[in-house]
Amino acid sequence: MNTKNEQRATSNEQRFLKLSGLEPLIVTPETNFINVGERTNVAGSKKFLRLVKEEKFEEALAVAREQVENGAQVIDINMDDGLIDGKEAMVKFLNLVIAEPDISRVPIMIDSSKWEIIEAGLQVVQGKCVVNSISLKEGEEQFLHHAKLIKRYGAAVIVMAFDEVGQADNYDRRIEIAKRSYDVLVNKVNFAPEDIIFDLNIFPVATGMDEHKLNALDFIRATKWVRENLPHASVSGGVSNVSFSFRGNNPVREAMHSVFLYHAIKAGMNMGIVNPSMLEVYDDIPKDLLERVEDVILNRRDDATERLLDFAESVVGKTKESKIDLSWREEPLQDRITRALVKGIDQYIVEDVEEARLAAAKPIEVIEGNLMTGMNVVGDLFGSGKMFLPQVVKSARVMKKAVAYLLPYIEEEKLLNPQEGDSDNAGKILMATVKGDVHDIGKNIVGVVLACNNYEIVDLGVMVPPEKIIAAAIEHNVDIIGLSGLITPSLDEMVHLAKEMERKDFKIPLLIGGATTSKAHTAVKIDTQYNEAVVHVNDASRAVTVVGDLLQKDTSKGYKKSIKDDYDVFREKFLNRSSSKTYKPISAARRNKFKIDWKTSEIVKPNKLGIQVIEDLDLNILVPFIDWTPFFRSWELHGKYPAILTDEVVGEQATELFADAKAMLNKIISEKKLKAKGIFGLFPANSINEDDIDVTLSEVEGRNEEHFTFRTLRQQLQKREGVADYALADFIAPKEFGRQDYMGCFCVSTGFGTAELAAKYEKDLDDYNSIMVKALADRLAEAFAEYLHKEVRMKHWGYAANEDLSNEDLIKESYKGIRPAPGYPACPDHLEKLTIWDILKVNETIGVELTDSLAMWPAASVSGYYFGNPEARYFGLGKIKDDQVKDFAERKNIPIEKAERWLAPNIVD
Amino acid sequence: MKDIKEILKERILILDGAMGTMLQRYKFTEEDFRGERFKDYEHPLQGNNDLLSLTQPEAIAEVHRKYFAAGADIVETNTFSGTTIAMADYYMEDLVYELNYESARIAKKVADEFTAKEPNKPRFVAGSIGPTNKTASMSPDVNDPGYRAVSFEELRIAYKQQVEALLDGGSDLLLVETIFDTLNAKAALFAIEEVKEERNIDVPIMVSGTITDASGRTLSGQTAEAFLISISHIPILSVGFNCALGASQLVPHLEVLSKKSEHAVSAHPNAGLPNAFGEYDETPDQMAAQIKEYAEKGLVNIVGGCCGTTPEHITAIAEIVAKYEPRKLTVVSK
Repeated sequence: MNTKNEQRATSNEQRFLKLSGLEPLIVTPETNFINVGERTNVAGSKKFLRLVKEEKFEEALAVAREQVENGAQVIDINMDDGLIDGKEAMVKFLNLVIAEPDISRVPIMIDSSKWEIIEAGLQVVQGKCVVNSISLKEGEEQFLHHAKLIKRYGAAVIVMAFDEVGQADNYDRRIEIAKRSYDVLVNKVNFAPEDIIFDLNIFPVATGMDEHKLNALDFIRATKWVRENLPHASVSGGVSNVSFSFRGNNPVREAMHSVFLYHAIKAGMNMGIVNPSMLEVYDDIPKDLLERVEDVILNRRDDATERLLDFAESVVGKTKESKIDLSWREEPLQDRITRALVKGIDQYIVEDVEEARLAAAKPIEVIEGNLMTGMNVVGDLFGSGKMFLPQVVKSARVMKKAVAYLLPYIEEEKLLNPQEGDSDNAGKILMATVKGDVHDIGKNIVGVVLACNNYEIVDLGVMVPPEKIIAAAIEHNVDIIGLSGLITPSLDEMVHLAKEMERKDFKIPLLIGGATTSKAHTAVKIDTQYNEAVVHVNDASRAVTVVGDLLQKDTSKGYKKSIKDDYDVFREKFLNRSSSKTYKPISAARRNKFKIDWKTSEIVKPNKLGIQVIEDLDLNILVPFIDWTPFFRSWELHGKYPAILTDEVVGEQATELFADAKAMLNKIISEKKLKAKGIFGLFPANSINEDDIDVTLSEVEGRNEEHFTFRTLRQQLQKREGVADYALADFIAPKEFGRQDYMGCFCVSTGFGTAELAAKYEKDLDDYNSIMVKALADRLAEAFAEYLHKEVRMKHWGYAANEDLSNEDLIKESYKGIRPAPGYPACPDHLEKLTIWDILKVNETIGVELTDSLAMWPAASVSGYYFGNPEARYFGLGKIKDDQVKDFAERKNIPIEKAERWLAPNIVD
Repeated sequence: MKDIKEILKERILILDGAMGTMLQRYKFTEEDFRGERFKDYEHPLQGNNDLLSLTQPEAIAEVHRKYFAAGADIVETNTFSGTTIAMADYYMEDLVYELNYESARIAKKVADEFTAKEPNKPRFVAGSIGPTNKTASMSPDVNDPGYRAVSFEELRIAYKQQVEALLDGGSDLLLVETIFDTLNAKAALFAIEEVKEERNIDVPIMVSGTITDASGRTLSGQTAEAFLISISHIPILSVGFNCALGASQLVPHLEVLSKKSEHAVSAHPNAGLPNAFGEYDETPDQMAAQIKEYAEKGLVNIVGGCCGTTPEHITAIAEIVAKYEPRKLTVVSK
């Protein structure tokens, strides 16, 4: 018993961080450093993101298993990505992980910036997890609330060195925030101090900027301070950040990681996210490199960065390719052509193709031989994930130039030998964006990539009516039809087209793609209309394999059958799944509306009521408001900006694309290629009849007190007690309450000039820049909406006159008040756009039109409402029931069938 | 009344034995289970032991009385299945509050009788909170490992209702027991914390897991130490194991708890492993001889019995452990 008591005494003195999966993990001085696996993170691993998006959970599990097998002592799981339902993905993946004892034996780190995802994760794991992360960023109240719940769920927590002012970037700020966070947790929440882990922000060094020189040293010093002054707390961090500026030079990066860890661990860092394959053994680092890296990490000399940079060139000098190295021009012809295609270099392609043509018996042989050999290499590299989409589009540009050069010779040859048939392409594919829809970036990308693979593309453009698609398909005798669309009404157009194809007895496969499409919709609504194969394809690389399988004579039949079967099974599963959700009647949902206390709620009268027009905004103003992450996504590069620029997998490509985008942006701005126009209005408004909003036009010349009504939709999904069923009308004071409230609406566009500029590039066979122009115009339109919202909040409405938010905060929607857009989750019906157009006279004033499907033209446009109440928040409507659809139709005085058609994607099946 | 935390420092406390085994002796029929009140109930009710608190309250009180008389300091309320989730088997979800309230009230009344007679040996009522019949971190469908039959949220709500009724009925302690899935237990602990906060009260909590087989793990796969770490985030009075195994098989797992835990340690094993007829046939003396090992090694602070144990077992156990010091507690609560 004596020995036992001694043990107990020591364990009380030293309180250790204890975690558990199926087995315990106790962090003691002897455990040295706990290595957290980071591959199951959609923000950090393109592969994992893809697997989750494609619901390949078996393979996603394999990623987790491999990490544990390779020695990860904790696995970090993150599902924060705009394209997936993070909460659902987190719960689903965790449930599967829990069922695998060889994975779930280690503790889990639940990683998200969204509290609801963290909480959902905490509710499905029996072991003691780590929450990654919380911070004082949103203020002490929220911090306390989350910490209290984390304690109650029984997890440890990572606290970021971040507060209301911002992220800690020097020694003093790090310890100030750590101390404050610690005191709040220990004294106010009674949080066990050993369950607190600080992430003290690892930032890059050797960036060439003086203010970054101390980044590593400050982290190390702050780590030491925390470990000495905040009893029992741990310190963690993401190590690869430190070597950010040496991306592309792995030997130097690996040395930097090792040196950094060596010193940080000595200072007390006891946990961290490290990629084991990016770590050199400290003792194996060559002495000269070690000295220079330590100089940088520990900031030992003023010229440390320059010396390491000089040295770094010698470390990679032989492998790194010089930009003006033209030695490849000495290589054999085929190698040169292949290289030009793979690298996307169009400078020498015409002279190389000419050389090939002279050597060939017939000009067509150059395409079928030399060029296809090169494109096959491109296809293989792309297929195996070694090339990325922007590179492939550049390859296509080279290919098109080469083909264009050869065409006259091929025509001439045909005249000489008319008996020979057309060039032998792999198949003909019709591509179209459906009626009423104007979005074509994705469609163009798929078209380009397929063209690279020797398919002939018949591109009918945007807003193509079904009869035209059918006629063109017959006329060109195409092998496949590919449909694209971005807005929800396009889904119905696709269903309609599938019916038409069935009616006309088509026998060719139908491909479905675009942001609003999904495997579920395709399987449930489209596949059932058409007896031939219908395949949902949402990225360019998959399009190539799918089309290949569909058209390959020997595999086609089997593949089509397997597709049909797959969709049958998927549909059945999906329908069964959806039946498990329950919905409440609209009357019950209304009773459970989101209740704002209108007695005390702050209502600010806008400084300027009425309508204002912005004729030609300087695009320079918009640049800082650009959210770049979706831009990269449109090129199928997944990751958050700016981290994506240093991503292990796509970083290099992202950096290159970003440079091209910046150059194009400069050109657009300096040569005034695009025009930005906007219109917005702020009006007296009150909610009426529960879910409607009555808007009074006032202070608008020539229009006397006209009234308009916005219809809003209310959530009906059965939720847990105490959670309200939202409708946008809840954010506006009810008329019967007697207080005047206000709301606004707007439309902005940066699309004027886009089509012309893109067409110019297309004419030059430059799809890369054509797509670039459209993608940038989209980003500028979103930036315009963000900018205008800020102007409205601070000036025109003025309810947030003193706001001070960074662009990052804006992207995270940290501002007060919301600007939901018809067609998006809070108000998925597009019909209300018509009301906005009536109120603001959008078309007449700035020229943005609405198509049949209520898409905006030009495409790079954004419209929406403004709600200013501090309690207004974004939400997703989810599915609604027939009773609300009926009610909606009555309120709007439209036939029920019309309401059903427009709301179809949101009606419970 | 003397604080239970103080008494724990002085001696090994005795928990009662099986309720089910004792009730079997009454050989209640379907009609007895129904009583007058449920005579026309449309579903069969035989086997719903918790219901006997309403239809045969005297029998329940008598069992408690026998255990106190046998030497128990703590008896458990007759509420092992008293959640909406477990009561769904009998379509009696609506009765959950009343079942728990009445069960606690009956036990408390008997405890008060004994405390009044022997003020120097106060008797306690532990509100028994069973695991329910569903698991939150395992799938009942082998073909769909990601499926769950019950959510944390559903468990939390069900447990909260049970906890409120147990406390209203007069429970002195709460005993979250026979935990085969730690996530279920975490939902119960979450609910208890909520009730404590809402009522601004403190109530001692006992937590008792179940090691189901020779692998030495819970049904949901955790080792004893991982289990301990997973439930140590809130202040608890004791942690231990019950059910499933006989007393000897529990020793290595109790050693882990005893060594690693800052809480008191409890054990209430079965009377050995069930025989071919599902009966437990370890005699009081056989069982007490094994429990002696716990006491000799200084592993426990609270002992009692689970399936197959009777007042005779409890008497034998109480007599043996009375001769030993309890396991030393250096820090009882944070």
